[in-house]
Amino acid sequence: MTETDETNIKIQVRGLSKVFGSQPKKALELRNQGKKRPEILEKTGQTLGLSNIDFDVREGELLVIMGLSGSGKSTLIRCLNRLIEPTEGDIVIDGQNIPKLSEKELLECRRRHFSMVFQNFALFPHKTVQENAEYGLEVRGVEKKSRVESARNSLKQVGLDGWEDAYPSQLSGGMQQRVGLARALANDSTVMLMDEAFSALDPLIRKDMQQELIELQHRMKKTTIFITHDLDEAISIGDRIILLKDGEVVQMGTPEDILTRPADDYVARFVEGVDMSRIFTANSAMRSVRATARDSDGPRTVLRKMSEHGLDSIYVIDRDRTLLGIVSVDDVDAAAKAGKDTINELIQNDFPKAGPDEPMNNLFAMFNEKSYPIAIVDDNQRLLGVVVKGAVLEKLAEAGEH
Amino acid sequence: MAIDIPRIPLGDGIEGGLDFLTSHYSNVTRGISSVTQTGISALNDGLMWLPEWALMAIIALICWRVANLRLGIGAVLGLALIWNLELWNPMIETLTLVVIATAVAVVIALPFGVLAAISDRFYSVIMPVLDFMQTMPAFVYLIPAIPFFGIGSVSAIFATVIFSMPPAIRFTTLGIRQVPNDLIEAADAFGATRTQKLIKIQFPLSLPTIMAGINQTIMLALSMVVIAAMIGADGLGSEVWRAIQRLRPGDGFEAGIAVVILAMLLDRITQALRKPKKKAS
Repeated sequence: MTETDETNIKIQVRGLSKVFGSQPKKALELRNQGKKRPEILEKTGQTLGLSNIDFDVREGELLVIMGLSGSGKSTLIRCLNRLIEPTEGDIVIDGQNIPKLSEKELLECRRRHFSMVFQNFALFPHKTVQENAEYGLEVRGVEKKSRVESARNSLKQVGLDGWEDAYPSQLSGGMQQRVGLARALANDSTVMLMDEAFSALDPLIRKDMQQELIELQHRMKKTTIFITHDLDEAISIGDRIILLKDGEVVQMGTPEDILTRPADDYVARFVEGVDMSRIFTANSAMRSVRATARDSDGPRTVLRKMSEHGLDSIYVIDRDRTLLGIVSVDDVDAAAKAGKDTINELIQNDFPKAGPDEPMNNLFAMFNEKSYPIAIVDDNQRLLGVVVKGAVLEKLAEAGEH
Repeated sequence: MAIDIPRIPLGDGIEGGLDFLTSHYSNVTRGISSVTQTGISALNDGLMWLPEWALMAIIALICWRVANLRLGIGAVLGLALIWNLELWNPMIETLTLVVIATAVAVVIALPFGVLAAISDRFYSVIMPVLDFMQTMPAFVYLIPAIPFFGIGSVSAIFATVIFSMPPAIRFTTLGIRQVPNDLIEAADAFGATRTQKLIKIQFPLSLPTIMAGINQTIMLALSMVVIAAMIGADGLGSEVWRAIQRLRPGDGFEAGIAVVILAMLLDRITQALRKPKKKAS
């Protein structure tokens, strides 16, 4: 995936480190000499929680920070709003460097920029659902009438209207986390921090909540940082994923990057976990072909079909739907300009092809650099449909649910 | 054997300190004394002014509302027995002392408890002091109370407050420290100030625990105001004291039973307050 540099950067994290213990300087010195976490712990008794973390959070994106327990992901998200004090480094949000803020400025910054959703919900048991949703605004001193309204709105958004007067203990886990989400939304902060927000929910509800989060996020374009230890979750909701291990970033990229080009063994092992995809076949990710060219079509007809459907390559079939090959838009265009009236000599055969029973994990390796969709053909080489990269990712993400 | 360690004049020192306090701060103690005496008289007169049946009805109603009908009926029976034994007025005097001593103790205890919950240093200072206050035999407090406030109810209140305060402090500290950390973190994440956290989150959530502390304080206060009859406090205690001096076990037990009834009522009411009924939803 190409990096879109023109996107606005919301938060800039540079050289962020956190040492747990009373002699952070010592630990960082050793770190600078290239020592790793276990060695530093052994020599100084200090735990290197985070080491030299650099990343950007883009305006409006859903960034997933993923890692196993102990990888530092919870520490990282808490350093952003200084629930945990970073040891060194910069966290710049809208020109403010968070680690340098005074106590008072920090309160102000937390109120304006951050709202947080917690793994164990952290709802206030003595407050009603409505009062919980109002909390952020109450803390800010927003007057009662307008905060009631915002809270109601956000409760509606998460599908909890009618439950305003209930107490958290009367709700199921999934509903409680909706309250947590509403509390964060009502606050209308610029960034939402979600700390393993769905990890305590059972799988079906979890899937629903993920779906809803994606929808909410696309609708509201709220910059969201989501922490998880679950690759499937990361893949299905993340615009980008940052992989942490032992307090360091091991890979940063889109879900595809991580699946297709694991940066090292650690990531690869993570990705292997998704190999439940074996139980899926090409058939389950296949979609019907939007347009095909006939071998009898002339270049201009083919060009029109392609432009109508926004394609840059098209599969060519004969009268019996037998797959003959693929033609690319450049070749067809050149042929049209040259005044040719057949596309037969343009047909290429270097496209990926598989049967409907092909296991999903094999499909992944088939995508070549031209990114042609994989043609799915039956035993008689008739074109049944195609599989695009996105569909494979989607199915892989789903795989974890079963 | 040869080494002769002189006896440490601990008692003399304490007496010297107390003398210093009584002679130099007599204005203060006299002020406290007159304010407290006024409070005691006002509350006492108020409760006495009510006809017995009216007060019984009020207490029974409170019992019924905060707990259940059974406690209400029990209250009526118990109070009727006290009335019948002609111990009504001493009972009112004892109740007055307990209410005032508890009120003073709680007002002092809450800020101390909160402080001990927030500051580890204050916690480590105050806990041994509380141990001292609780384990020192209760009678001992009566002695310095007399030079400070003279014989009578004010001294009784002074000694009672010191003796009954520790549980209120301890439970307040415990209650606030017990508030789950993730809730504190949530409040912090939304930018709550320390005061906002305390008033809106920590205090309401620790209320049941604090109420348990107050319940303990009331019980201790009741036991102390009875003992305080030795320094001239009015009430059921003085009935017992008189029975001892005249060797009349019957009278002693009658007054003692009245104390038990009062204790049970106060205990059940405060316990019921601790577990508020679920709000209808």
